Amino acid sequence: MQVSMKLEIKDAPGQLVAALKPISEVGGNIIAVIHQRDDKQRGKMLSVQIVLELPDHRLKDLTRLLREQGVNIQRIGHERLLYEKAVMMIGHLIHTDLGDTVDRIDRTGFAEVTELNISMPAITEVSSARLLIKSVNREDMEQAMDILRRVAKEKDFLLVEPLEEIE
Amino acid sequence: MKVAILGMGSVGRGVLRMLGEKDLGIEVTAVADSGSALIDKKGISIPEILKAKEMKGSCGDRSLGAIDVVSAADYDVLVEVTPTNAITGEPALTHMLAAIDRGHHVVTSNKGPISREFSLLMSRASEKGVCVRYEATVGGAIPIMHTLDQGLAGNRILAIFGVLNGTCNFILTRMADEGLTYEQALLEAREMGYAEADPTYDVKGIDPAIKLVILANKFWKETVRLEDVDITGIDKLTNNALRLAEEQHCTIRLIAEAIPDRGILRVAPRLLPLSHPLVVEGTLNAITIETDMAGEITLIGKGAGSVETASAILGDLLYIRDIHEGSHPETA
Repeated sequence: MQVSMKLEIKDAPGQLVAALKPISEVGGNIIAVIHQRDDKQRGKMLSVQIVLELPDHRLKDLTRLLREQGVNIQRIGHERLLYEKAVMMIGHLIHTDLGDTVDRIDRTGFAEVTELNISMPAITEVSSARLLIKSVNREDMEQAMDILRRVAKEKDFLLVEPLEEIE
Repeated sequence: MKVAILGMGSVGRGVLRMLGEKDLGIEVTAVADSGSALIDKKGISIPEILKAKEMKGSCGDRSLGAIDVVSAADYDVLVEVTPTNAITGEPALTHMLAAIDRGHHVVTSNKGPISREFSLLMSRASEKGVCVRYEATVGGAIPIMHTLDQGLAGNRILAIFGVLNGTCNFILTRMADEGLTYEQALLEAREMGYAEADPTYDVKGIDPAIKLVILANKFWKETVRLEDVDITGIDKLTNNALRLAEEQHCTIRLIAEAIPDRGILRVAPRLLPLSHPLVVEGTLNAITIETDMAGEITLIGKGAGSVETASAILGDLLYIRDIHEGSHPETA
């Protein structure tokens, strides 16, 4: 089964590795570790999201082992797409088959369009849309963005991407 | 120190006015505008020449031109502040090279020659042991070149992000604040004198791309050219897109971006949180520099204007004077 967890660990060297150790102990496989900077940090604790695959009956063992490591489990869920990015698209979005544009992302299997807000002032004018795209991790997001850039070029609409600081 | 000034447009007049008002020990020995020139090795009266320009539209003798100033006047630094020719860089490039060959320093606000022939100008200047300074080419009054050359000396530049075009920033600010369409905001920018009659260079992102080339050449391995920049302008943006961005506490700004490790040289409209330091209002410019030692530094300031650009020119002139003090005994 695939599980996503939001963990709170001490913001100190070695703590993240210690927190991840129980996952392999229960035969789990880490798919993604995400630390998005916009997470508000409380005191000396660090919030980390983890997506993992593990044998169905081992979830209880894992949560026990994590707690023993001093890790605070804030949330357990089954959503797997935790990495998100908002982009804008401007152009003849409807006439160039918006359904297909969204589908090009969705059918990758690793990224999805989860929100779409669109403004269509008049039939002859261009539309503007805000898309929220979710993916499992940063690499998948970059691939999804590459697809979207290609589609934008092909269908001649303007893609406005967020400005991201470099690591 | 003696200077010869080429160009009596808004920038040239601003430089003359400030040199006249401030007692900096800088003497003007020659001036040229597009149709005339005045050369006097004993020094030119700044109030008189500004008045002549205002009354007659020209500054001096119509039989003389810029090339006469460059090759015959008595000066230490050539101040080249004529309008930019982004395609050839001429005639400014020829004038600058001629001044360098005569062993004179050059200070310029002209983006054409600096973006097109950066390595030629720098190698020729270093052969002759003179400086070519161009603070005024990027970011108006913002001391970005001094910051990169002196303030951040020894740092590795990891990335530069900038709002480098005041006209575009004004248009985007007005579209976001007042819900104006792109066409309405552009019209307003023209009425305010921020946009040219032909706004193509600004709104298509070419002007900020030229400035990005100038910045990148300070820290890029190979020489960068305008053709290397991936450019998208603001002319296809809609007020609806800005409204949709605002709903998420974001806005859109035209960002020039250079990231050497990833080979990224790009000018494009980007989504930014409203709280981002590069989200500046109106015609302001802003530049963020990411470095290995100093971390992140953001400079914000006026990107254009007569006196603001004069500030950048004077900064370069005084830098040259301080570095070369005593090396020209007759003028020190």
